[in-house]
Order: sequence, then structure tokens, then C-alpha cells
Amino acid sequence: MRIRVNINGEPRTAEVWPGASLLFMLREHLGLAGAKNACEQGECGSCSVWLDGTLVCACLVLAAQAQDREVRTLEALGSEGRVHPVQDAFLEAGAVQCGFCTPGLVVAVADLLARDPSPDEAVVREALSGNLCRCTGYAKILDAVRIASGRLRGGTG
Amino acid sequence: MSLRTVPRARGGVGESAPRIDGVPKVTGAFSFATDLWAEGMLWGHTVRSPHPHARILSIDITKTLATPGVHTVLLAGDIPGKKTFGLEFADQPVLAWDRVRYAGEPVAILAATDPETARRAAGMVVVTYEILPAATDMEQALHAGAPQVHEFGNVLRHIRIVHGDPDAPAEVWVEGYYETGMQDQAMLGPEAGLAVPSEDGGVDLYVATQWLHVDRQQVAPCLGLPHDKVRLHLAGVGGAFGAREDVSMHIHACLLALRTRKPVKMAYGREESFFGHVHRHPSRIWMRHGAAGDGALRAVRARILVDGGAYTSSSSAVIGNASTFATGPYRVPNALIEGTCVYTNNPPCGAMRGFGAVQACFAYEAQMDKLARALGRDPVDLRVQNALSTGSVLATGQVVRGSAPVQEVIARCAAVPLPAGIRQPPSAGRWAPGDCLSFPGGAGNVSRGESLRRGVGFAVGWKNIAYSEGFDDSSEARVRLVAAPSGAIAEVVTAAAEVGQGIHTILAQIVRTELGVGTVIVHPPDTQVGSAGSSSASRQTMMSGGAVQAACAAVREILMDRARCRAETEGRPVSADFRAEEGQILAGHTLVGPIVQFLDEPIEATRVYHHRPTTPLDVAGRGRRGHRPRVGAGGPDRHGPGCRAGPEPPERLRPDRGGDRPGPGAGPHGGNPTQGWTHQERVVHRLPDPDNSRHAVGAGDARGGAGAGRAVWGEGGGGALDSRVDGGHRRRATRCHGLRTQPGPGSARRPDRSRPSGRHGGAAAIA
Repeated sequence: MRIRVNINGEPRTAEVWPGASLLFMLREHLGLAGAKNACEQGECGSCSVWLDGTLVCACLVLAAQAQDREVRTLEALGSEGRVHPVQDAFLEAGAVQCGFCTPGLVVAVADLLARDPSPDEAVVREALSGNLCRCTGYAKILDAVRIASGRLRGGTG
Repeated sequence: MSLRTVPRARGGVGESAPRIDGVPKVTGAFSFATDLWAEGMLWGHTVRSPHPHARILSIDITKTLATPGVHTVLLAGDIPGKKTFGLEFADQPVLAWDRVRYAGEPVAILAATDPETARRAAGMVVVTYEILPAATDMEQALHAGAPQVHEFGNVLRHIRIVHGDPDAPAEVWVEGYYETGMQDQAMLGPEAGLAVPSEDGGVDLYVATQWLHVDRQQVAPCLGLPHDKVRLHLAGVGGAFGAREDVSMHIHACLLALRTRKPVKMAYGREESFFGHVHRHPSRIWMRHGAAGDGALRAVRARILVDGGAYTSSSSAVIGNASTFATGPYRVPNALIEGTCVYTNNPPCGAMRGFGAVQACFAYEAQMDKLARALGRDPVDLRVQNALSTGSVLATGQVVRGSAPVQEVIARCAAVPLPAGIRQPPSAGRWAPGDCLSFPGGAGNVSRGESLRRGVGFAVGWKNIAYSEGFDDSSEARVRLVAAPSGAIAEVVTAAAEVGQGIHTILAQIVRTELGVGTVIVHPPDTQVGSAGSSSASRQTMMSGGAVQAACAAVREILMDRARCRAETEGRPVSADFRAEEGQILAGHTLVGPIVQFLDEPIEATRVYHHRPTTPLDVAGRGRRGHRPRVGAGGPDRHGPGCRAGPEPPERLRPDRGGDRPGPGAGPHGGNPTQGWTHQERVVHRLPDPDNSRHAVGAGDARGGAGAGRAVWGEGGGGALDSRVDGGHRRRATRCHGLRTQPGPGSARRPDRSRPSGRHGGAAAIA
């Protein structure tokens, strides 16, 4: 089936199997591999993207459900030479190791800070409870959220 | 010429340097193995056994082959070379042909145009099994009459370590029985790779792994190809933790690619990943500790049984570590340790963080707590009293020669304030609904706090750094110093797998410190350079770092020779120490000139680093460690014509291509499989009565918690550090693995290149 979808501000189309997930369409049909496939069951958050502004696990959304809707992915946040403050905070805090969880966490943190610029730790933990990381032990990820929160509020972090 | 004080190279050793792969990882540009894509590629899929032990009576692939989109289905009979593989002993079938020995064992593989077609076609393969009795309990596997997992018996390895007088008397004895369960590494990036057939009849495999060369050692014989036709390249690794030490989809993808003459990608889903790699060995451990009245340990007796599952993997090293570390980091004058690893029809077990050492740790630390209670002592004080230190003798007879600040570590940990606010449930024993977020897993709504007790664990552990038991472990590195418009640039070529631990950043730091250059290019690891050994056993910084340091020293020697030569020619004094710092060569405090001025010809050196030798355990379980590490030349140094030839390598440096082959009789982990395999008599391994002080994990005290070619991989340096200030890291690698995900068929946007594989040159990859 043919899917029309707006991705990161651009109209895109893809011919997909009706059972394909939004994640599969993004990665395998549209060449956007930023969202990762780690569990394909909504447990790990590695495939986090925005669907009409709402944070979703792209593995749990059918590609067909994105028809005529807006999808925003990690690729829209920043790029080499122009990283987003959340991405920069992850680098500064040492919150990146193997990096497989990083795209999903960066998206989840950006989503959280857009809604709540000064979250306390309990709020951060809850907001990131849908994202798994196997390398860091999370402490540095929490540091990154604090740094990014400070930066986005105009402070020095 | 001017006088100046030069600071150390920025981004060098001892500094918190930014990760050279950091920016691509946060922007999503980093290509993990699951992100690989090639024009016209097929998707591979594995058909696995649902039974732990069964005879294969027939396999019918007629319907599968007739399915539109399916290109090939392969069975064991289609394997052109060796039918088995294995890290230490080749006992695991690439595809099972007569028997399956664990649930999840591969029986058939196929390639199809897309993953969904492949998955459905796999469901149409009809395998008829005769189900056999299975050995699923590690103790029962030792009984007479137990189902035999292999013809050669169920004992994989037995170790006996006798130290001092195991019957030595003691005033206080404590005894315990402990069990630990199977664990999974659950690295976030599942197994994946892309095999691309090449025109020479060989294959290029891009794969997430911990050790490219030991993979090739297992893959090439199964393909019936010489090693030079099987080229492995490291794809982005989404975590490893031991799970990528063994071959998973490697051989399957290569077989499918060679048969179809098309690139074949295989990427396991999460569920398949649990079948696709080895796990941590479950263990059953009995220990008896005796101490003098003053608390000094007098004797330890230990019996350790671990379940290796259906195939060997690194089991012999795992039981080796469990046994040699069984006394804990304590001074124990007398010990008898018996370790046994058995085959069962459970999933194969192998490497996972600290293998063997952690199972033993659970037992000996629980014992230390028991002993403290029996003696009426503070458990931390008792540990400090018995802690190892330099000069102590281990149960294997090895004398600790390096630093061993166990007492200091314990004291420092004990001084850390306990976390505030560890809440216990209210007196009624129930938590309020809103509390669930504070529970382990509570955010996933998996706990309401039932049976939850909270505490702070305190335990001391120790483990090996690098390999042991006689394995001649080595790592090769090539360092090249070249002139670029921006100044001198160093390039590093190693096969060291970056699995998230940061080895590539560390190698760049070492080069900056050793050569005084800011910009270091770390090339993507592949098998075109000698083996770097595995990214495991906490060894890579010492081993590949040691090789890089040695190669840098060789490069530096030639560079300084050129500088002295020039100074001599110009009639300047050459008596001072010549050194390189921040892109300059200095003689004492005098500036000789920028390094780049001495690089009319590039300088290249290759070195192989060996750590201090160790010996296999003898019949009494004793082993030794040698004194010195060894460095060998990995090939002739290249430095072009200079005003005189570069220095001859010292005599102790011998040509040595490094560990593409295991040491004699030793597995890659140093475990000696021969030892296990020749020991075929039934080992009577009696565990104490399970009802006697059974201590299962998790129960009881709080401890339970306890582009091919030369595409540029990473670049960083002084420039990269500066550019953070300028608004982000600079990174030359636009194709950090040579391959990137590109839009697939049906896409509105076509790939921006037509070559199917990552074999575009490095030039194309340098922005």
C-alpha cells in the first residue's frame, strides 16, 4: 500500500506491506535509520519519534496509521556541526557509550524538556522509564538531562 | 627558533577527551550493523529447533523454495566446508544435521527479498523430529544414565586446585550452598550483519562483533575459503557484554550471500537474539570457610558446578575463572577448589561480563558475611583483615606482584555515606499506589512492592584483566604519520572492536600523547591488519593501547632521527632530548620546527604487543605469570629515504604477525580445551544436601541485588576539541562504517551511490 506522510517537514511517500510498522517504513523505505529497532515491542524506546507532536514508539505504530500525518524524527533535531542542546548535553555528560539507545533517549529528553523545562528527578525518571540503556547505568543520562535543562532555560547548565 | 613552554597535547592520556564517535551517535548518523543496506540485498532468516534434544528425521523445503521472493534455502548438506564451529572447540553445527541439542538451534537458513517474506517462508519449512530425553539439569547431567549431549560425555572440564594443606584446622567453620541463574547480556543492538559476495569468489562481512579475527578463524573453514578471501569489517556495535564473542549470524549470512551472489543482511529480532548468543552460566556452588578465632582465614573448600549448555563456547575459561577466583580477593593459606562444567541440553553458555568470577563472588562474599556473624565481627572489618595485598600468594601459587590495594578499596567504599531515604514499607507491609515509581521495574508497573525489602549491598570482587592459563595474547597496531595541509596527522589502524567502551577514543588519546599531534584518524577495524584480540576481559586498553604506544614509539624514533639529522646538517646542537609536543619538535626547550616539516615521506610502523606470559594450570591447579610484556615488529617500518636509515629494531623485537592463531593447546580465552576434552572419565561431583543451607539468588539478604577499503572511521584531536567551541565536533567520517542505510525499493529517494557494498575508497569518505 502507498503511504503519504510528512516527515521532518517534507512530504514523502512509500510503498509498504500493509503490516509494516512506521519504524520499518522509516528505516527501510525512507532511509531514516536514526530510530533504532531494539525490541520491536515497545519496551526499550529506541525507536522513539513524534507522531503529530506526540512521542510514540515507532515499532508499535503501523505505517498506515501515519497516513497524512506529521512524523518528526531524531534527524530533524540536529546534525553534525549543528547539534541540538540535548545532543550536546549527552556528549558533555558522557551519556553515550555504544550509542544504540541514544537516538531514542535524545528524542525522549527533547520531548520532556519541551513540555517541562525544569523537571525534577522523579519526573525525569518517569519520563525516561520507557527507554532502556544497557551500557551507562543511567546516571550520566540523568546528568545530561540536567545539563540540557539548564542550557535550554538559558543558564550555563 | 624561539623559547617556549608547550603544554601537553590536548585530548591526550589523562584528559576527558570527547568520544570520536560521539556526534554521529547523538545525531543518528552512526551506522550500526542493523542499519546496513546494499543495493539489491536479500534478507536472511534462520529456522530453529523448538526442541532441546531431538533427532532430525527429515526436512522438507519444497513449499519454502516455491514461495515467491525466496532465493534459496540451505541445509547442513549445502555447507561447502567444515560443518561445525566454536570459539575454543569446533563442536557447534553451523546447521544441525542429525540431532539438535538445544531449543533454538539453527536447522535451516533462507534468503528472501524482504524480512516478512523470509519470516513467512521460514514457517513453511517442515522439520520432522524424534524427540529425545533431554539433560536439562546440571547435576543430573553428571549421573550415570543421563542423556548424553555429546558422544564424548557430559563433562566439559574439571579443575582441581590444591593449595597448602586443605585439611588445615580452624576454630570457626561456616558452610553454604549457593545458586545463581542464567542471565542474558541483552545488548540493545541485536545481532546483525551484511555479507557481500566479492568478484574474487570471497566475501566481505560487515558485522557487529567483539573480535573480528577469531570470527574469521571460525567462518572461513565453514565456507571452504582461505582466510584472505573472507574479509571481516566491524559494523557499528550496539553493546556487547560478551554476547558477541561467539559467532551468531556470521556464517549463515556468508553462506547465503555466496550461494545467491547477492548481498545478504541478517538482523535478529529481540526474541531471536536470546537464542542467537550465549548466556551467563548458571552455577551451583558449595563452600566451606574456616578461620582462626581472630578472624584470619585458615582454609577454603569449594565445589563449583556450572552449566555450559549444549556447546562449548568459552566454557573452559569460565570454569577456569570461577575456580581460580573462588577464594575471593583474600589471603587464604590452604584451599581445595574443584570446578566442573557440564554439557546439558540447555542453551549454550559463554561469555558475559566477568564470567566465572562473578558466580564465585556471590558465594564467597555470602560466606564472608556468614563468617563475620559466626565470629561476631563487623563484616567490613573481617574483609579488611583478610584482604590481599602485594606479595600475597593466590590459591594457584601465583604471587601478586603488582599493586593490590584491596584494603584501601574496601575502606574507601565503606566510607561512602549510605544513600538517604531508603524507605521500607509501612508497618502494614503495603506501599501506597503512588510509590510504584520508586520500585525496581516499578515504572513498568511490574511491581506493587510485594515482598520488597530494600538495603545496601557490600561485596568485594576480583577478576582477570586479559587472558590467562598460557594463552599467548597479542594485539597488532599500525601507526602512520603523514603531512596534511593542516599539519601533521596520525593514522591508526587496528582491528580493535569499539563496542561502546571507548577504545577508539583511547587509542587517539595515546597517539596524541606519544606523537604530539592533535589530529588522529582511527580507521575502521577490519581483518586487513593483524588481530587485536577481543574487546573483552577488560584487555583492549592494555593490549591495543600497548601496541599503538609501541608503534608510536617506533614512528617517533624515526621522526626524531630526521629532526636530529636536519639539526646536524644545519650545524645546530643535537645533544638535547628531542621530543614532539603539540605539533612541534623540540630539543630541550628549543623549537626545532613543526612535525609536518619532517614528513616529506610518511612514517609508518606496525607493532604487536603481548602481555606478560602466563602458564597453564598444572595437575595441582598451579599456574604462574611471567614478568615482562613483549613487543614484536608487525612488519618492516616504512619511512622512505631519510638522511640516514631509521634505527634497527632492537634484537628483542621479533617479526610476529600476532594472534591470528591461538597459542598451542590454548583456547582464545586461555582456557585449555584439550584439558577438558582429555578428561573424559566421569567426575563424581557431589554437592551437599540441597536442603542444607540452600541459598538461592535473590532470596535472603540484601546482597541479591547485588565502507571498506580505508574509509575514515573517526577523527578527533586538538582540532576537534577546538571545534566544540566553534559549534560542534568536526568529524571527517561521513560514512563511518563504509555503509549506510539508504532508502530501499519503492522509495521516493534513491541511494546516492550505485556501488552495492562499502568498497568505495577512503577518499570518497573524507569530507
